[in-house]
Amino acid sequence: MKPVRALVITGYGINCQEELAAAYRLAGAAADIVHFNELLAGVRSVRGYDVVNFPGGFSFGDDLGAGKALANKMRFCRLAGGRTLLDEIAAHLQAGGFVLGICNGFQVLVKCGLLPNVGGNLEQEVSLIVNDSGKFEDRWVHCRAEQPPHTPFLKGVNILALPVRHKEGKLVFRDDHIRAAILDQGLCALRYCDPDGKIATEYPARPNGAALSCAALTDPAGRVLGMMPHPEAYLSSYNHPDWARRRAAAGGSEEGEGLRLFRNIVDHIRRNRP
Amino acid sequence: MSALHHITCTWNPELPDARCAAIRRQAERHLDLKLNGLKHVALYAVRADLTDSDLARLAREGLSDAVAQRVGLNGLPAGCDGYAAFILVEKLPGTTDDEGLSAQRTLHDLLGVPFSPAPQEVFASDLYLLEDALDEATLRHLAAELLGNPLVNKFTCGPVARLALPVPAEEAAAEPRVETISLQVSDRELDLLSKQRLLSLDRAEMKAIQAYFRRPETLARRCQSGLPPEPTDCELEILAQTWSEHCKHKEFNALIRYVDRETGREETIDSLFKTYIRASTLEIARRLEAAGNNWLVKVFSDNAGVVRVDRDRLFVFKVETHNSPSALDPFGGAITGILGNNRDPLGTGRGGAVLLFNTDVLCFGPPSYAEPLLPGQLHPRRVFAGVRQGIEEGGNKSGIPTINGAIVFDPRYAGKPLVYCGTGGILPDNYNGRPAWEKEIAPGDRIVMAGGRVGKDGIHGATFSSLGLDKHSPRSAVQIGSPITQKMLSDFLVEACRRGLVKCATDDGAGGLSSSVGELAPLSGGAEAWLERVPLKYPGLQPWEIFLSESQERMTLVVTPEAGPELAQLAKLYEVEATIIGQFTATGLLEVAHAGQPVAQLDLDFLHDGLPRKQLEAEWRRPEPPEPEIPDQLNFTATLLQLLASDNICSREAVIRQYDHEVKGRTVVKPLMGPRGLAPQDAGVVRIGFDDWRGIALACGLAPRLGDLDAYQSSAHAFDEAVRQIVSVGGQLPEPGKLGESTFWCANDNFCVPDSAYDPDHNPDGKYKLAQLVRMCQALADMALAYHVPMTSGKDSMKNDFRAGAKKISVPPTVLYSVAAAIPDVRRTVTSEIKAAGDGVYVLGRSGAELGASEFQQLFGPPGGCVPAVRPAEALALYYKVMAANRAGLIRSSHDLSDGGLAVALAETTFGTGLGLRVAIDPVADTVDHPDPRRRLCAALFGESPSRFVVTVRPEHRARFEEILGAAAVRIGEATADPIFRIAWRGQPLVDGPCTDLLQAWQKELLA
Repeated sequence: MKPVRALVITGYGINCQEELAAAYRLAGAAADIVHFNELLAGVRSVRGYDVVNFPGGFSFGDDLGAGKALANKMRFCRLAGGRTLLDEIAAHLQAGGFVLGICNGFQVLVKCGLLPNVGGNLEQEVSLIVNDSGKFEDRWVHCRAEQPPHTPFLKGVNILALPVRHKEGKLVFRDDHIRAAILDQGLCALRYCDPDGKIATEYPARPNGAALSCAALTDPAGRVLGMMPHPEAYLSSYNHPDWARRRAAAGGSEEGEGLRLFRNIVDHIRRNRP
Repeated sequence: MSALHHITCTWNPELPDARCAAIRRQAERHLDLKLNGLKHVALYAVRADLTDSDLARLAREGLSDAVAQRVGLNGLPAGCDGYAAFILVEKLPGTTDDEGLSAQRTLHDLLGVPFSPAPQEVFASDLYLLEDALDEATLRHLAAELLGNPLVNKFTCGPVARLALPVPAEEAAAEPRVETISLQVSDRELDLLSKQRLLSLDRAEMKAIQAYFRRPETLARRCQSGLPPEPTDCELEILAQTWSEHCKHKEFNALIRYVDRETGREETIDSLFKTYIRASTLEIARRLEAAGNNWLVKVFSDNAGVVRVDRDRLFVFKVETHNSPSALDPFGGAITGILGNNRDPLGTGRGGAVLLFNTDVLCFGPPSYAEPLLPGQLHPRRVFAGVRQGIEEGGNKSGIPTINGAIVFDPRYAGKPLVYCGTGGILPDNYNGRPAWEKEIAPGDRIVMAGGRVGKDGIHGATFSSLGLDKHSPRSAVQIGSPITQKMLSDFLVEACRRGLVKCATDDGAGGLSSSVGELAPLSGGAEAWLERVPLKYPGLQPWEIFLSESQERMTLVVTPEAGPELAQLAKLYEVEATIIGQFTATGLLEVAHAGQPVAQLDLDFLHDGLPRKQLEAEWRRPEPPEPEIPDQLNFTATLLQLLASDNICSREAVIRQYDHEVKGRTVVKPLMGPRGLAPQDAGVVRIGFDDWRGIALACGLAPRLGDLDAYQSSAHAFDEAVRQIVSVGGQLPEPGKLGESTFWCANDNFCVPDSAYDPDHNPDGKYKLAQLVRMCQALADMALAYHVPMTSGKDSMKNDFRAGAKKISVPPTVLYSVAAAIPDVRRTVTSEIKAAGDGVYVLGRSGAELGASEFQQLFGPPGGCVPAVRPAEALALYYKVMAANRAGLIRSSHDLSDGGLAVALAETTFGTGLGLRVAIDPVADTVDHPDPRRRLCAALFGESPSRFVVTVRPEHRARFEEILGAAAVRIGEATADPIFRIAWRGQPLVDGPCTDLLQAWQKELLA
């Protein structure tokens, strides 16, 4: 059977491409790490890939605001046929493909209008601004998935422990209409919570002050997922700060909880293949 | 000239502005300035001919956040008349302006033209609007303290009515000019020449240069090549850079007459480096080889040391310091330090190592420092804040986890901080069958400069770092690193090396092209550089400036003429500038030309081996200050809380959380672990890849306080600390008889000492200071040989003094050992926090009655008395037992004892676990060799004897564990389900209270 194919974009300060590619490989997919410019130059294309990934990192050093300069490239730079990379991604989604953006990747998706895209016109509807603490922070948090999940990435997921590592992760809405649409359509895919699943509204359980304690957004079709926490940083149980004790509790499993998302999407794509 | 436009992006008033909130908090806290309203405006000046619609699109779609910002075009931002005062913070001309350049990329993307960084068309600046009508002096103070640094920023401030949009300065072109300097002058004039031109060369060195330019063969060849008989500015600068302390380590290679007044012995040491550092490592290499082991691959001869992980992978590791620049501009100094150090592993062998982790060890004056500041001196709190931020941005934006580090406070670091930056990386064993760790150059190979462009930044960095600091220290030495430029360069380099396009790579750091080309040239026997080809940030640089500039984020690559086109194509794809700027030759000369005109021509033999040996004097007398009195009635709970909250022991969480320590998804032992991520760990551990469980443990050791009593022990302790932290986490030292089966260990030594060259007027205690350095090096050799841990790389920094008039602040002599070791299976590593109630608690190792220079003693006065001694043979015997217990999986938690001793270590093992401890201190106190029982108790609780651990063991493993450890393990109690911390002595509670009280004391806010 043809393998599920994941495209992992890199370059310009993206830096989580290796672990993201490893996540897909561990989940049984084939993953290619491709430089952003190879897509622009037409050397490589998003066509033929099932899921296009925007990894974490500091594209352009967060100058102009996190993810902004890379989003500009998606909007402004023209490929040989005159289309932009954003056009290509939109076509990829139209054709049934998936898109995942993590941390800086989420910031890119938000700033080029792919998320939440409730208006369907790829306009920027929300933003991810500087955390209330004013700081970059690396800490482990808990997130609870919206039930039932609106996106196949989160099928069967309830509470997840994951690290956040960002300075600009506070979600804000352009207006109340966008907020209402996100709530009505269940697009707030993950929310920061305490270990028992109670929605967190205080620092540090909600690390950034995000509206609705929202840690991840999906689009109305459930094909695009953007999230601040890093599932690709929890592929093995030994990533968790308390692995020594959890190992005994998990009955010896060495799989990290973050791998679940990748298994989900790979299985979903495989099952729904014509 | 093109038109000038302005774009303003003002924060949406409906959203909280965390940036301004932080500035207001800091102004109130540190400047006693309450700001009622503060608004930030991102301001872009664009010098380009744009249509109105392109300008509007650039502003609205390209530069502003449609949700979070409001845009203004060609005018002051809307609403600024509601404010009373303004501060405009621009970058000084020529300073790194990453935001401006990123905006320029967006502009070029929008216009559909290929990106070019020069000329600069977009200039970013920050405008702050204030509600309070502050006077100009207050505004300036606020700006210089919190919003920028006068060395890198231009501040304009005043009432809002005076606010005008910035007009970026333009760099004027200059005709290239080569100056000739006469050396046919008196000795005194030679001294003056060295000082005026910032050459940092002494008279003997100046006279050696004078003699070279009098040699008939030199003169004849210069005449033939069209060069004047006297040296050019470029030649003198090349010599000064190559012969700088920074590059040639003159003091470590000096002849030292060493007198030990304690023993009466006198000896001549022919180079500290050769005698102690290299000799001990070569002996270890010999022993390993004799046992048939070959993990030691390359030591001392490249930018970083190389050891073998397995058949396919090598590990490269380097630690450097960046002290002087961090004293002047803490942020710029630190970010440049970490990025610069990253380029060492990147530029080892053929190049292209994939960087795996960073480590940062920082020494500052205490945040509460209350001495009046000397001219040019920054407050330690500012230095700390700036350095921390520099390391955050340098590490995080490069995607390299900071997995380990340390922060040490001492008032003597208030003049010059110490900023140690380390990086480890993985190099493949070979590229297309050619060994990756070797450098290879043939005549005809091309010199390629890749990465950033060249400006005037950082000129004289190498010579300046070899001087003491004062308020006249050169401003041009300050540089601001650009992590994004370097990230793009390193992505490109890794791919270029993987494709086999690069024969050799090296860093353009201190000394710039002069250093990199000069150091590579002997590999082929000569080199020539063509300066007119070097891409410049702006016009106006003189040829010598182009050759010596330390503009960052550059590397020099060596490629064959045939590989040139493919390399150029790859560089274009990665948007990295890579330019052929010369070629290697076999002429025996370093030749530099600008547009066909010769600028410099120096014999490589003279350049590298022509400098005279330094001769120095060292004299050791043991200092014997009195021991401070310890009060009779001690409240042990209060003392423990006081220690936990002391600057050198309290939590580093606020710093650690701002460093990404798990990007790459491989960090297994992070700086803080346990269910709530609060328990401090000993060594960091990372996995190498996702396909197997091999890993690397990393630890650091330094003990500058002990140096006040005994420099030898200060160094021995530091070494032991780094090694025992790795043993604690599960590392396996090479054992005699089993050397053939050992896995790699490698250490980096970094000595940072005050001026140790005796001078009756300027440095009257120089002989003692040098004797301290000698003894630290002796300890290095003794410890390395005892533990079989070789030095693979290192870097020293010699003049860590801050001078203002007659006042001098000198750092205590400080050596940092950064040790890395292979971990065959990261799943078997051991973390420090206690895991379960009922587990037995043991102290491993001997506790002595040696409180000298301990944190505990510091509570009562300056250090005195008996300093704890490292006993390497005894320590090793214990380490081998710990290793055996770990191989059998018998140790469930392990924490090494260091600052604050056993009591502090025990407290730390409970943090965030929800568990408690019940221990009796008697079995430890009873073994302390001292007649006074109270003294025995203090030593047991707070003594800092080296080579000790506190471990916990499951009940079912007790018998096997005790059998392996024997008398080396003393059982003192067990972990409890209730989170109460209890230490008893003679049946009476000494400390008894909730663990959360201890945690709370330890979580002091070091830096608000």
